[in-house]
Amino acid sequence: MMSPAHYLFLSLALFVIGCIGVITRRNVIVVLMSIELILNAVNINLVMFSRVFGDVAGQVFALFIIADAAAEAAVGLGIIIAFFRNRETVLADEMDLLKW
Amino acid sequence: MNPTTQAILHFLVTWWVELVCGVVIVAVVPLVAGYVVLVERKLMADMQARLGPMRVGPHGLLQPIADAVKLLIKEDIIPDNADKLIFWLAPVISMTAALTSMGAIYFGPNFEVARDINIGILFVVGVSSLGLLGIVLGGWASNSHYSIIGAMRSTAQLVSYETAAGLAIVSALLLSGTLSIREIVVAQYSSGVWFVFLAPVAFFIYLVASIAETNRAPFDLPEAESELVAGYMTEYSGFRWALYFLGEYANMIVVGSVATTLFLGGWLRPFPNWTGGPALHRVVEVGWDLVPVVFIGLIGVYCIYRAGKQPVPIQTWFMWAVGLACFVVAAIYAVPTVLVAMHAAGVAGSLSALVLPGLNGAFWFLLKVAGYIYVFMWLRFTLPRYRFDQLMHIGWYILIPLAIVNVLAVGVAMLLENQLGRWLAMVVTTAFTLATALYLVRLNDKRTASASSAAAVTTDSYAG
Amino acid sequence: MLDSILFYFFGGVAVLSAALMVTRRNAMHSAVFLITTLLATAGIFLQLRAEFLFIAQIILYVGGIMVLFIFVIMLVRLDVPLHHIRFRLQKFVAVLVALALGLEVVAILYSARQLPGQGLFVTGSAPADALAPNSQKLGESLFSSYLLPFEIASVLLLVAMVGAVVMAKSKKGTDES
Repeated sequence: MMSPAHYLFLSLALFVIGCIGVITRRNVIVVLMSIELILNAVNINLVMFSRVFGDVAGQVFALFIIADAAAEAAVGLGIIIAFFRNRETVLADEMDLLKW
Repeated sequence: MNPTTQAILHFLVTWWVELVCGVVIVAVVPLVAGYVVLVERKLMADMQARLGPMRVGPHGLLQPIADAVKLLIKEDIIPDNADKLIFWLAPVISMTAALTSMGAIYFGPNFEVARDINIGILFVVGVSSLGLLGIVLGGWASNSHYSIIGAMRSTAQLVSYETAAGLAIVSALLLSGTLSIREIVVAQYSSGVWFVFLAPVAFFIYLVASIAETNRAPFDLPEAESELVAGYMTEYSGFRWALYFLGEYANMIVVGSVATTLFLGGWLRPFPNWTGGPALHRVVEVGWDLVPVVFIGLIGVYCIYRAGKQPVPIQTWFMWAVGLACFVVAAIYAVPTVLVAMHAAGVAGSLSALVLPGLNGAFWFLLKVAGYIYVFMWLRFTLPRYRFDQLMHIGWYILIPLAIVNVLAVGVAMLLENQLGRWLAMVVTTAFTLATALYLVRLNDKRTASASSAAAVTTDSYAG
Repeated sequence: MLDSILFYFFGGVAVLSAALMVTRRNAMHSAVFLITTLLATAGIFLQLRAEFLFIAQIILYVGGIMVLFIFVIMLVRLDVPLHHIRFRLQKFVAVLVALALGLEVVAILYSARQLPGQGLFVTGSAPADALAPNSQKLGESLFSSYLLPFEIASVLLLVAMVGAVVMAKSKKGTDES
């Protein structure tokens, strides 16, 4: 394997791109996808450290993160569908029900 | 020479077998899939009391090649508002998933494409499930109503039956205790019996689920011609459609290979452990080794027998050619068999001993996969199509509960193995699972009966 | 040598398709590029000898979550009219903030070099075969040390499934009465 630094920089790059996606995009579905990207960046870190230390706990944690991401994506998309049924929009700019 | 060239050469030297096998798979499997299509058309014709493709080449044998040429020279039409990137990408994903998942399959004891993958079965199932993406993206990218509805229906069907198939695979994995394909077949060898006899309900669930997974009749509503034109393939023509179609048949071969590996003993012959004791050992071994020779030889004899009854000279020559080709293949099997039976020494003897297990294994494996695909085709020509809600009902209400109960049953059977002995435990748990199946089907009948009686009661339009 | 080729290939594909994902106007294109990112991440897992996570990523993430995303994108597909874009500088500020975050983390990683005996560019300290029968070790630890999180994760998935179905269900029952 390469040195840990390589994987850390790769994971950091994916994390930063995911953050840019979350802050910048208007379509909330793309925001959810960027959150998945951030979770993947964390997964790469975990698996890399589990390889460095020879401990399988990192991979177990990564597996739980994948399961958790599935649950969160399902619920988030359910909310988006419910909102879309009411307001006919998926743009974050127009989700301003609490605005006075 | 500099380190880069050295590294590249080292890579090629270490991995050349796998690379060649990969190239062979990509080159040969589409051709084989084309001929599976021809076999299906001939079988369909036979079961419908007609002859099938007879014109193109002797007995229609060049039909797939004619079809391929036609599809290649067709105009490449892209619908007006279609998404070009995804329209191009979708059939590629479908075909790539099917071909990649073939990389982990074992055709014989040491006859595989990739080296022994630790997670073999999971790899095949997981990568072949990527074909779903090809379907849904293709349907969406076509920008047509039929395509999107067909894609959604097909995806919903595939996702539902994937769970049932996965649980059926888990039952077989409980019996074998490992994910690696080679170890699964070795476990069947050491337990002396194919897993289909130990877990028949799991095999049945996997059979039904794999028919639904490959969109075959009676679960082919998403791509039936009378229903949705052609479902997600409507707007695809020419080579793109050929990729989808070949991907579907390659998927059939993959699914057949998984079922053969898990349930039907992979490359093992029937009664793999029976050696007849020290006296008859050699007789039994040589006898089983002669089975491929006799089988292919009989096919050759039959071809030559029919050659005299052909109406047209070219068909006579063709039958003679096929018969002689069968004899050549039988000779390829016979020579190592004879050499090993006589314990021949020297290069020929050791080469035969090396090659014979692989040849035999490949014969039995391909025979079983062919039988499995034959059952697919037989069901296609016999059973009528399921309606989509019936299809989803079977998947979620009947197959998945049955598969869960089956996993529990196989687990319990393995725990009771020591007390009751293997066969009694398996019989008891299989009986329990079948009882559950009957109960589920009775529930289904009661539900449809009550629904139709309720409808009959409330919609009595001539009352009063 | 093979290790570094695989790492640079999968890493490059991951970063490139992630960048493409957050910049596409069409949500379906973003989904397709996220699929390639996830496949490249799975490749990185494979390169780190975590083969069970490789196939779990493919089956769960690509074969499950991304199909869900694609379905929802198909359902809520609107031809987005050109809305009045209010605050144009937002993208620029956002990118700046995210890059600042990245630079901070890089600074932290580099400052670790000052600590004695540690550093960034050392190779892995465990032998390559420490996690050899990967599925087996993962399964053993899931069912022994991490049994409670495993059960909680299954309850979580059940709750999420019920919640998603309830959220996305249309309220047809109340309308008819």
